Amino acid sequence: MNVLIYLIPAALGLGALGLGAFLWSLKSGQFDDPQGAAERILMDD
Amino acid sequence: MSCCQAGLGLAKDIKGQTPDHALSGETLDLLVPDVHCAGCIGAVEGAVTDLAGVAGVRLNLSTRRLAVKAGDNVDVDAVIQAVENAGYACRVFDPADAGVTIEDQTGRELLRALAIAGFAAANVMLLSISIWSGAEAATRDMFHWLSAMIALPAIAFAGRPFFRSAIRVLAKRRLNMDVPISLAVLLAAGLSLKVTLEGGDATFFDAAVMLLFFLLIGRYLDHRVRARAREAVTCLLSLWPRKAMRYGPNGLQETPIEAVQAGDLILVAAGARVPVDGDVTSGVVEMDCAALTGESAPRLVRPGDKVFAGAMALTGPITLRATAIGEESYLNQAIRLMEAAETGRAKHVRLADRAAQIYAPLVHGVALAAFLLQLAWTGGDWGYALWVAVSVLIITCPCALGLAVPAVQTVSNSVLFRAGVLVKDGSALERLAEIDYAAFDKTGTLTSGDMTVIGGDCDIETLKLAGALAAQSRHPLAQALSKHAGAGPALDVSGVDETPGGGIAGTVAGQAVRVGSFAFVTGTTVQDETVTQPYSEVWIQVDAMPAARLQFKDRLRPGAANAVAAFARMGFPTLLLSGDRVAAVNETAHALQFDTSEAELSPAQKIERLNDLRDAGQKPLMVGDGVNDGPALAAAYVAMTPASASDVGRAAADFVIVSESLDAIPLAHTVARRARRLILQNFMLAASYNIIAVPIAIAGFASPLSAAIAMSTSSLLVTGNALRLN
Repeated sequence: MNVLIYLIPAALGLGALGLGAFLWSLKSGQFDDPQGAAERILMDD
Repeated sequence: MSCCQAGLGLAKDIKGQTPDHALSGETLDLLVPDVHCAGCIGAVEGAVTDLAGVAGVRLNLSTRRLAVKAGDNVDVDAVIQAVENAGYACRVFDPADAGVTIEDQTGRELLRALAIAGFAAANVMLLSISIWSGAEAATRDMFHWLSAMIALPAIAFAGRPFFRSAIRVLAKRRLNMDVPISLAVLLAAGLSLKVTLEGGDATFFDAAVMLLFFLLIGRYLDHRVRARAREAVTCLLSLWPRKAMRYGPNGLQETPIEAVQAGDLILVAAGARVPVDGDVTSGVVEMDCAALTGESAPRLVRPGDKVFAGAMALTGPITLRATAIGEESYLNQAIRLMEAAETGRAKHVRLADRAAQIYAPLVHGVALAAFLLQLAWTGGDWGYALWVAVSVLIITCPCALGLAVPAVQTVSNSVLFRAGVLVKDGSALERLAEIDYAAFDKTGTLTSGDMTVIGGDCDIETLKLAGALAAQSRHPLAQALSKHAGAGPALDVSGVDETPGGGIAGTVAGQAVRVGSFAFVTGTTVQDETVTQPYSEVWIQVDAMPAARLQFKDRLRPGAANAVAAFARMGFPTLLLSGDRVAAVNETAHALQFDTSEAELSPAQKIERLNDLRDAGQKPLMVGDGVNDGPALAAAYVAMTPASASDVGRAAADFVIVSESLDAIPLAHTVARRARRLILQNFMLAASYNIIAVPIAIAGFASPLSAAIAMSTSSLLVTGNALRLN
């Protein structure tokens, strides 16, 4: 069972990483305009 | 947003202020309703970026708002001008006016809570599965502590939307769904913490966070549906004409409508809408009053006549003296009638709220009963009785119920959006599913306002000459005639003279041509007989040849016949309510096979008809567009309007049909009925799950594992059921 000592922190850490990435993208406004983001990739500039 | 607020918002909109100054270091928000693709983004942003002092531009396509970061001294009018020159109408967006914040704060908060709850639910579930599969002693205790450390902060953060709402209702001594939710989550967390401290064997941490996760999904979907509806309303209400051309001390000047005083002289250009009510002082023109009265034929006005805001000058410019401003104007009278009529609609209670009214007290009662029962049974074992009560609360928690309605609404709104129907009000779909009577307006709703030729005795040569002459006029019949004649070799037109209310005369390719009413063309004073005819007639005379004639009729919108027939097939009585002439109304009523038709109605009479229907216990749908329909739309049980409608019409309606075809009306009705059936099915699913699970929980046999399985299965089941609508 000693394997749990580092497996659990690793699992939680990876989860927290994902959560952090989502909260950051939310904060930086990436979810403010999903429709515009989809259209902007078609612009040439 | 309720319709009532939409109406009030409009009234405020008209009076709203127009900022006309320079900005420094702030952000200017503009509403640009017509943007829809990458090309639009490029055009609008490109037009504004290079203006003096602009530090940054960003167009949000989802909310149709343009944020202009001002460096220093940005001229607001120059920005608006630049966007308009790029071909997009826009106006300054005032969040207070629209009743929304610039950034969607609630949406962000819900998403953040959803993310935290999702993270916690996944990890606590992972730990719980290890416990259920046989972790023991120290390992189990460690997992319990880990779960507690993840779940407790997550509950404190993600549960706030529910706790706040529960406290708010409890303060008013009422109950809603959030009370049992908050109680279940808090009790489960508290009890699990106690078990953890004592080193017990079963906790409910996983159930508590999973509950929050599922409910937040429902909450977020519900919020999105409402936010979309609000945005649709904001965009629709934004394009009211707010400027008038006023003769001032410095000559003719563009003035905001709010600054116009009674007695001011206003110029209305040919083709423009009248900005304020007034008396005509000069100009004899034909006015299109269809938006105001529903009358399809233009009305001739002379100096001394009254004109109302919203009418359009067709054949030439007029000058008018403003009379009624703001509160007293015809438009505001219509809005007041509308607000009075709307109070009836507010009585509708949404299905979810009706379910909550029964469900919340029931859940509390059952949990309390389970607690007392176990207390008596075990002879005073408080801890165990509480454990059973909490498991009952968790099992009965309206997880599936909280998802049942938002999931169906999200799916049905996106189905309708694809079909070109905007839903403005959350309860509109539920109301549409309950209708049993269909009332329609004629002009602008069933008919498109485009005149088409239905007959006549005019040869091709004459038609070509008349068409070339008619192209010089803005009169709807003249434009229809020139369109009918088609494009041909350019003919030399000179000496054009238009007589309002009569016709147009001129020389075309060397021949004298007269086009207009019989009296105008022949120079006699014969009574115009078209008043008693369902069609309009245009006479044409070339030189001294005998006059030829063409008959015109207002074209029906595509899908109009289908829409009326669809309701008739379902056995609903159909009713045509119009402000137009009897002959024209009868003709349309006959062509579309209406059960009943009434003509020459005033807005107040239209309301009266609908109120009579509602007093008789009917639930009428009203489809209309004009200012004169606004009050009737508000008085109806549920209302629809084409996107071409007047602002008042769009403010009063629950659904706005963006597509040209009226086929969207029966489609919306079908979707509404299916959505209602799915919501009821979802309620049944949730209820039957409770009927099985609750006795097991009361008896004390519910384990955290069975609660978790039951909760997720029922949630997946209702979501899957909602997706069947697609």
